Amino acid sequence: MSYTLNHLKTLEAESIFILREVAAQFQNPAILFSGGKDSILVTYLAKKAFYPAAIPFPLVHVDTGHNFQETLDYRDSLVKKLGVKLLIGSVQESIDNSRVAEEKGYNASRIRLQTTTLLDTIERYKFDCCMGGARRDEEKARAKERFFSHRDEFGQWDPKNQRPELWNLFNGRMHVGENFRVFPISNWTELDVWQYLAMEKIEMPSLYFSHKRKVFNRDGTWLAESPFIPMKPNEKAEEQVVRFRTIGDITSTGATFSTASTLDDIIQEVASSRTTERGGRADDKRSESSMEDRKKEGYF
Amino acid sequence: MSDAKNIDKTIVPFGDLGAFDSKSYLNMELLRFTTAGSVDDGKSTLIGRLLYDSKSIFEDQYENIRATSERRGETTVNLALFTDGLKAEREQGITIDVAYRYFSTPKRKFIIADTPGHIQYTRNMVTGASTANLAIILVDARQGIVEQTKRHSIIASLLGIPHIAVCVNKMDLVNYDEAVYNSIVAEYREFATRLKTRDIHFIPISALNGDNVVNRSDKMKWYEGVTLMYLLENIHIASDINHIDMRFPVQYVVRPYSDEFHDYRGYAGRIASGVIRKGDKVTVMPSGFSSKVKSIELDGKELEEAFAPLSVTIQLEDDIDISRGDMLVREGNVPKQSQDIEAMVCWMSDKPIQLNGKYFLKHTTKDARAVVKEIKYKLDINTQHRITENPSIGMNDVGRISLRTTAPLIYDAYTKNRDTGSFILIDERTNVTVGACMIID
Repeated sequence: MSYTLNHLKTLEAESIFILREVAAQFQNPAILFSGGKDSILVTYLAKKAFYPAAIPFPLVHVDTGHNFQETLDYRDSLVKKLGVKLLIGSVQESIDNSRVAEEKGYNASRIRLQTTTLLDTIERYKFDCCMGGARRDEEKARAKERFFSHRDEFGQWDPKNQRPELWNLFNGRMHVGENFRVFPISNWTELDVWQYLAMEKIEMPSLYFSHKRKVFNRDGTWLAESPFIPMKPNEKAEEQVVRFRTIGDITSTGATFSTASTLDDIIQEVASSRTTERGGRADDKRSESSMEDRKKEGYF
Repeated sequence: MSDAKNIDKTIVPFGDLGAFDSKSYLNMELLRFTTAGSVDDGKSTLIGRLLYDSKSIFEDQYENIRATSERRGETTVNLALFTDGLKAEREQGITIDVAYRYFSTPKRKFIIADTPGHIQYTRNMVTGASTANLAIILVDARQGIVEQTKRHSIIASLLGIPHIAVCVNKMDLVNYDEAVYNSIVAEYREFATRLKTRDIHFIPISALNGDNVVNRSDKMKWYEGVTLMYLLENIHIASDINHIDMRFPVQYVVRPYSDEFHDYRGYAGRIASGVIRKGDKVTVMPSGFSSKVKSIELDGKELEEAFAPLSVTIQLEDDIDISRGDMLVREGNVPKQSQDIEAMVCWMSDKPIQLNGKYFLKHTTKDARAVVKEIKYKLDINTQHRITENPSIGMNDVGRISLRTTAPLIYDAYTKNRDTGSFILIDERTNVTVGACMIID
């Protein structure tokens, strides 16, 4: 037997190590679950890390209310299958309670409002650590992120003053009122995620696979027709064969034309793709540093 | 506004590394390497080249930095923008923090820890080096070996990076002259006799023109070695991990509390080194109790054997009190155990290390406290000279210290085991990581 691991097994071992560190170092940690492939992966890795015990973290869905129905269905069946607790932080509730004001106009989005709801949810359940499926290859501000990301009592990220992270030693010490964001799959790329999901034969939401859907084009992004996005008079929905490379809030997730209908098809497509997955995300296009700005405010 | 055509000329076409076969990825290995340097020595260009030629830069990313370069009035696409993530870094045109980059070829997946090279960022270099298999040391062919070259090499050696690739860059600016290259290699070899790293490679390159980066250069026929990419793809890294001394720091105790697994008690952790098999006799440190491995499993699947760096859950035949911070080792091959620790430290805080100061300490999965008993010397990071007279170890300094810990550490020398030989010190008031330490035998 040769004592070598392939890159996916190496990444898996690293991520499981992080998940177990979180369980050991924090009192009340949670997994932020968006229904996208990355948070699904984190959840499956958590199952592996603690089996035969149950996953020792609840899933927290910060719900913009602007969802694909498929995402909610998948979320609910996964929660049932893994026997994990689901907690929901509702952006609609934050709006109803006047914690935040809804953006107006055609490009109104609830992405920025999510931060307040997230911070309120952390406060409400007294989470000292929230894990997310963010990856360093996704976005330039994320490339600078630590596995264990310290946040002050306002939930803010201070990118210029991050704790050094050496070897496999993770410092989760903090003062009362502060908390951590932890990113167990920091070192995975989009391709790694799909290769792993295929290797492990993990069932994924149907939105990731090719299907027919009514979409319309806005500023180069193909958005799904939905009651949550008012269409401009000159915009027209047409039926296309599409899939989603990322899944987030319906108002800012762009579809790509694709016939990829299996995990192997997706791997081929991602491997030969000439654009990044977040290229279709309207929330990142607002400015050059929109992710960095959102993270400083407390976004994950 | 700069000319779009002019911009396009700054980027050569994608190299062809072959298509991803649908299942070949199951045999890809992971290699972590570090690059240290400043913008001037071509580090960003080299990374840009590796990413670009391995098709890891995407059109929207390219468009993004092209637009930024244009807005800032630059006439060419600034490849450094690929590697600078923070607003402050882009504004100031410098790299402040470690950035992680990813690319893969059909053979390997690569993680680059891209770190700034100036002396005031030594701590970032150390961070990047702590987990790397290989360090790329860039030398400007026109300048030869400079202080920064030595500093990076000394850090790579100190942190136990197993392989060094010395890339003599900007060969295009010295007319691809073999004599220039040979004299730099000779000078480096002389200097490297004082390094611990044994595996050192030399490659003459031009990152700007792509010579010997991914594709072989036809301008340096005299060079008979491999390209940088070939080295990265093929260098033997399987032996970088210690497969001899079995060390399993217990990270977490799995107790299901369910009817089905009523008496289950599993020790979860990541194998730091060595191989463990079902039926092996193990000793539990620090208690010294012995038992046998009943099962090794992950996710309900049993394994006959497991090896570093796998994360697994181990059950023992006997019911022994074991908790996080303890270590399972093979009987007859036990690590050291002591409350008095000698270590090299790289300091990472504005406030210098305090003699008799107390710090939190993190070592493997164990937490303890430590007091600094002695500051033996400070190391001149450019010359390896030891400063013993009133040594003060401040931000970015490296030195040797003696510590006394509240609980015994179960350790190996760092040179034998990077996982059980390293620890960090944490400021008790601010909770910030202030020291990176490597245990001396």
